[in-house]
Amino acid sequence: MTALLDIRDLHLSMHSFEGAAKVLSGVSLSVEKRQIWGLVGETGCGKSLTGLSVSRLVRTPPAEYTGGQILLDGTDVLGLSEPQMRALRGRRVGMIFQDPTTNLNPAFRIGTQLMDVALAAAKHDPAILGLQPGAGRRARKQAARKLAIAMLTEVGIPAAESRLDDYPHQFSGGMRQRVLIAMALIGRPDLLIADEPTTALDVSVQAQILTLLKQMVAAHDMGVVLITHNLGVVAQTCTHVAVMYAGTIVEKGPIEAVLADPAHPYTQALLRAIPDRSVKRGQLQGLAGAVPNLIHPPPGCRFAPRCALARPSCLEGPPPVHTRAPDHAVACPVVKEVQNA
Amino acid sequence: MLRFILRRILLILPVLIGMTIIMFVIARVLPGDPVGLAAGPNATRAEIEALAREFGLDQPLWVQYWTYLSGLVQGDFGTSLFSRRPVATDLAAYLPATLELVFSALLLAILVGIPAGLMAAVWRNKWPDYLSNILSVAAISMPRFFLGLLLQLCFAMWLMWLPLGGRFPIIFDPPPGVTGFYTIDSIIAGDWDSFWTALRYLALPAIAMSLSPLATILRMMRASTIEVMHQDYVTTARALGLSPRLIVFKYVLRNAISSSLTVIGLYFGWLLGGTVLVETVFDWPGIGLYATSAIVSQDFMPVVSVALVIGVLFVTANIVIDVLYGLINPKVRYQ
Amino acid sequence: MTDVPQDSRRSARAEASRRAFYRFRQSRLSMVGATMVAVVVFFTLFGNLLAPYPEHVRGGLNTAERFQAPSLAHPFGTNELGQDVLSLVMAGTPVSVAAGFAVVLIGTVLGVVVGALAGFNGGWIDDVLMRFSDLMLTIPSLILAMAVAAALGPGFVNMIIAIALSWWPGYARLVRGEVLQAREEVYVAAARAIGASPARVLFRHILPNIVSPIIVKMSLDMGFAILTVAALGFIGIGVRPPTPEWGTLLSIARNYMPDFWWTAVFPGMAMFLAVFGFNLLGDGLRDVLDPRARR
Repeated sequence: MTALLDIRDLHLSMHSFEGAAKVLSGVSLSVEKRQIWGLVGETGCGKSLTGLSVSRLVRTPPAEYTGGQILLDGTDVLGLSEPQMRALRGRRVGMIFQDPTTNLNPAFRIGTQLMDVALAAAKHDPAILGLQPGAGRRARKQAARKLAIAMLTEVGIPAAESRLDDYPHQFSGGMRQRVLIAMALIGRPDLLIADEPTTALDVSVQAQILTLLKQMVAAHDMGVVLITHNLGVVAQTCTHVAVMYAGTIVEKGPIEAVLADPAHPYTQALLRAIPDRSVKRGQLQGLAGAVPNLIHPPPGCRFAPRCALARPSCLEGPPPVHTRAPDHAVACPVVKEVQNA
Repeated sequence: MLRFILRRILLILPVLIGMTIIMFVIARVLPGDPVGLAAGPNATRAEIEALAREFGLDQPLWVQYWTYLSGLVQGDFGTSLFSRRPVATDLAAYLPATLELVFSALLLAILVGIPAGLMAAVWRNKWPDYLSNILSVAAISMPRFFLGLLLQLCFAMWLMWLPLGGRFPIIFDPPPGVTGFYTIDSIIAGDWDSFWTALRYLALPAIAMSLSPLATILRMMRASTIEVMHQDYVTTARALGLSPRLIVFKYVLRNAISSSLTVIGLYFGWLLGGTVLVETVFDWPGIGLYATSAIVSQDFMPVVSVALVIGVLFVTANIVIDVLYGLINPKVRYQ
Repeated sequence: MTDVPQDSRRSARAEASRRAFYRFRQSRLSMVGATMVAVVVFFTLFGNLLAPYPEHVRGGLNTAERFQAPSLAHPFGTNELGQDVLSLVMAGTPVSVAAGFAVVLIGTVLGVVVGALAGFNGGWIDDVLMRFSDLMLTIPSLILAMAVAAALGPGFVNMIIAIALSWWPGYARLVRGEVLQAREEVYVAAARAIGASPARVLFRHILPNIVSPIIVKMSLDMGFAILTVAALGFIGIGVRPPTPEWGTLLSIARNYMPDFWWTAVFPGMAMFLAVFGFNLLGDGLRDVLDPRARR
């Protein structure tokens, strides 16, 4: 059985004034329907680029894919032409971004924006509007409008029909994010990439949006990649988690397994950096050091320079990946040895 | 919305008063002998004094100013020292010609500049972009009067496709005046021959005037399009499968135009002030030509009045632009 | 110890200017513009000396050779007085460039003074000065310049004064905006906190930091100033013959078109190319010096 999304050993370089930065070096991730994968890591670790790559929204140049595959239902999107890609965007892959204030076009009614996405998706699959192929322009517009109202209602916008003609600035931040979710889902995608969907929102609204996302996954039978730097969000929402550091995935697995038994030193450090009530004053730990230079990355484990457990061998070659529990993979040999000892 | 417009209109008043004061001071404080010029080289001292008395120029400055201002309220723009005709009559005759020229030039600049700027942004850093960049700097650098001369030389003198100057053949009657714009008036009268004639006379001066604003609108449009194309909502639109054509011509265009609008408003004033040159080259009977002849003879009232009219039109244009801006930008409208 | 930060600051500044220079050189159009401006400056300095017929520049005529078409002896032809057009065009360079530069310089100085006073003092001084410059911006500048020039009478200096009078408000607004912004910066607050006098704060801390946008505006304005000078000459209220001013040459040559087109086309082209050069250079400088305007 092919996975919904299967990223295999993805390598991406970013060319700049100073040289080529290897921003993704061997990212592998496999997402099934009904799975919500949390992709966590600090700013600049490549998690957003991984998400954008699935829809091929990274500009090339300056970026360049130097290896790997991104299989969407078995098709490698890196080999598709731009028009073929367009048929997938919105229809097969939906996306939500961070800031709901800047991701809606301020000059157009939200109804117009929703309907345009629906009509674009319907170009490739007329069934979305519930119409026969070859239906007239008028009928398509009407159907799109109906679908937009239904979608807004579904994401919890009250009096959806009357709000269709409102402009984005007439909505609150949380409501705007709901509109964006409706827009991302109106083409009935199988895969949703949500890039920091709650970071710009109030904490109380965050929880509502995450709950909504979970409902949508159940209702539409989707797979989700939820990109965030917030482990709390992951714990609350996701079924699986992948931890990224400097362009590589250092640990991934089912959420319970990783949270209960974080194996990679970086994952452990991330978890230690989360404040919670049990932590006493002064016990909250940050992580010393900085992310390595990606133009000339260290040859071995990229986390080694900051790692408390690092030993000379860590600096020599890429760390082997080993399976810790079913589906729980860790890219760190040292942890295993420490554990076995 | 209405209150906004009303407030802006009220704000014109102090501007008008300020402008008249500045122009008055310049005309009176600076050296120059308008009365002597008007009376002619052979005038006696008594004749000059009589003329000065007739026009109230022997009064103190503030009295003159007050007389002018109270006349202005009643639509009296004063009297020309030379022609002895009321300035208001002359303005009414010349203003439509200038407005027709300026509007045509602006229309041309917008109709060409906005699509060209959009295209330059879409083909950013490809040859059409480089070409339009060089051409637009060249267009801005081109003196309007020299461009006018070159156009005359090519199209009127060598190729003889278009008339050399003027607004309408003297031997024919212009179309009956409704708007004062010959092109529109001839359409209203259903007189297509006149329309064609008026258009032929309008073509060269309008092109000469429009090149520089065209280039500026193009550059502004290019810059704002590029800025808009980097906005998050464009990424979202792309990520959700909208076609590039829909994104550019619908979503980007409207946002980019709204930032270019301000420039168009500024250019309206610049064009009005700059008609002087083009009207001189093409003998276009507008307020620019009127002002020039008045300035050369230091005939003061026409100059103040023309400056005033242009100022009012400029401020009005900016109010119109603000309103349009609100129509395009829903966010501004509701504030 | 104190040397260390100073050194690093100096090298940071050197690095920044190296990068700026690199960017400037990368832009081919800016280099073309710089070259054109260099040529213009060359003729500004030596145009009078290099003119092949210096006697024509001083007003001498040669009625035997009126309206000669361009030839080897007269590459730009001769005019209605039999004068060599090339000589007139060359000798016209210093007139236009000097007048344009003087206009921009006076406008800048006035504008900087007004803008700095307004922005630095705030309150009613700011209100009065800014309302006044807004007013000046509303008056059509060409008509204002024409009126002043006509009232003052013809002449080089009068023309410069007339244009400069309408030139400063743009700078006043620019400088005021920059000063207002700079006033809020931490380094200015720090300078005040350690007791620097207002004048010192203004001249040592604020003005040096707003030099770039002013230079950019000056270079972009040079072309327009030259155009305005020529426009006054063209209308007939600028410099009077025999001073060879491009706009004046053009306005006289108008009467002899189309048969003697060279008398108009060559001065016009000189004017166009000079302005073109300054505008290309100004664009390049803006991209390098004013990062906020870069897109």
